[in-house]
Amino acid sequence: MSTATTAVEPAESTYTFSPETLQAVLAPDEAPRRASWLSASVTFGWRAMLKIKHVPEQLFDVTAFPIMMTLMFTYLFGGALAGSTTEYLQFLLPGIMVMSVIMITMYTGIAVNTDIVKGVFDRFRTLPIWRPSTMVGYLLGDAFRYTVACLVILGVGLALGFRPDGGVLGVAAGIGVLVAFSFAFSWVWTMFGLLLRTEKSVMGVSMMVLFPLTFLSNVFVDPSTMPGWLQAFVDVNPISHLVGAVRTLMAGGWDTTDMTWVLVSGVLFTVVFGTLTMRLYNRR
Amino acid sequence: MSSPLCGMKKEDIVSAMAIETRGLVKVFGKTRAVDGIDLAVPAGTVYGVLGPNGAGKTTAVRMLATLLRPDGGDARVFGHDVLREPDEVRRRVSLTGQYASVDEDLTGLENLILLARLLGYDKRAARRRAEQLLAAFGLTEAAGRQVKNYSGGMRRRLDIAASILNTPKLLFLDEPTTGLDPRSRNQVWDIVRAVVSHGTTVLLTTQYLDEADRLASRIAVIDRGKVIAEGTPGDLKASVGAGAVHVRLRDPGQRTEAEWVLSRSLGGHVVLEADPVALTARVSVNGNGDSDRRTAEQAAAALNALAEAGITVDDFSLGQPSLDEVFLALTDRTVDEEKNA
Repeated sequence: MSTATTAVEPAESTYTFSPETLQAVLAPDEAPRRASWLSASVTFGWRAMLKIKHVPEQLFDVTAFPIMMTLMFTYLFGGALAGSTTEYLQFLLPGIMVMSVIMITMYTGIAVNTDIVKGVFDRFRTLPIWRPSTMVGYLLGDAFRYTVACLVILGVGLALGFRPDGGVLGVAAGIGVLVAFSFAFSWVWTMFGLLLRTEKSVMGVSMMVLFPLTFLSNVFVDPSTMPGWLQAFVDVNPISHLVGAVRTLMAGGWDTTDMTWVLVSGVLFTVVFGTLTMRLYNRR
Repeated sequence: MSSPLCGMKKEDIVSAMAIETRGLVKVFGKTRAVDGIDLAVPAGTVYGVLGPNGAGKTTAVRMLATLLRPDGGDARVFGHDVLREPDEVRRRVSLTGQYASVDEDLTGLENLILLARLLGYDKRAARRRAEQLLAAFGLTEAAGRQVKNYSGGMRRRLDIAASILNTPKLLFLDEPTTGLDPRSRNQVWDIVRAVVSHGTTVLLTTQYLDEADRLASRIAVIDRGKVIAEGTPGDLKASVGAGAVHVRLRDPGQRTEAEWVLSRSLGGHVVLEADPVALTARVSVNGNGDSDRRTAEQAAAALNALAEAGITVDDFSLGQPSLDEVFLALTDRTVDEEKNA
């Protein structure tokens, strides 16, 4: 087996086939054991990180977009809603963080969809590995992107005068809850990524879902001034509870109701859409 | 590793067939892409699946590789049912699809390490295995470049390297040379031969008859989702006729007449070549006896008939029918059958 390394290494243009070299690499010295579910998932996560390394432009949507959102809404609504932008920022920042991150979860669906069009997906699907690991890998890479987005928004917020009472721990806990929920929520997009034919339709459906889900919530204002029917929706919207939970954590508090909602809806998203995703993944 | 059998488990030796399918069906909407295919692929050989675009080759391969669920019939890979034991099948097969099954954003090295890790190699072993394969496939210098900057031939080599990373028992090559230049195509053929001599079974789909002729020990010809002929390349040629007469005329204007004369004299199928003065006619010799001599006699008679009809022949040759002729004859026959039905 060690003879393989003695082979000459021809340049691309002068590659000549040598049956001996090939024979040598055809007999691997050790047949490895099957990769564990964790190792396979982490390896796919590594792939997502490599893609960020090679195509850094894709970090644009987790940097420029959140900065734009934060600046836009702080100055747009700040004066009118809270009297001053700095005061409004204390209320808005956790909400705008949730909104931006939830908005960028849709890129998961687009990434899945683009991969399917290329042949590499076929290779992954013929591997003897834990089936969901491909999908979990996407989500692990995305969790990194969500964290980057959170930190960017936090940076902008701090520069503009955001002073959370919860301190470092409270803010870290808030970001942790947000990233964990987004991980669970992204299963919606892995499903659509597999279900829909084109990148454009994934984009379209994402907008249809995300706009009402994020705007019809307590991100911008206290829902008590809304009409009753709208309040009813805002109250059951998991995003409202996520905003509530993150806002309280960053303010140094703890809201059991909101946290329970976040936990239960996160589990539901994972179970329902994770199952649907895997059904589609296996059936394609 | 002298014997291809020593790495196999007992169950695999029991099943000498790498692939067995019975009545395999896949329906997309109203189209029966695969319409009742029976295949028996002996282990350790190259099996060619030959057919035009849209014949159902890729669909059949995708079902066998557990990428698509069959709508009917059953398929076994080394005795394991593709629907009931997909993981057992996946452990034994590898697929090189029609489109490069590698990640274009990643480098060649990263692609192979990724795959090695997924197949259970630890970090160091994965890197060693990846470097070994890159060297064997002449990709060491390109190891650090993104695959999207590779040439077609390099990409295909990386793809095959990825497919044999864990030395599969069965390798699916779906049109491995489509779109490659002749040099790269020859390299792929050499690689396929080396892989098979190591004991791996290869199922090769192709549109090119000479490719199937050169590599495969058995061939199934598929058209519109059905197997229309199966056998060794020699069987297929013999089933169509003992030989073929290739004729070149002086005057292209006489070709229609020549076609008629040849078809009447030989009683078989005449193919008009792309060259406006060339025709090829099959010589059908039925029954036993010295078929070569009878073929020659019939060919001579046909040339005589052409001379009598006042058609000037510049050049002629007598040969075995090429698989192209076999293929055209077979697909034509099914068209005729449909017309009569």
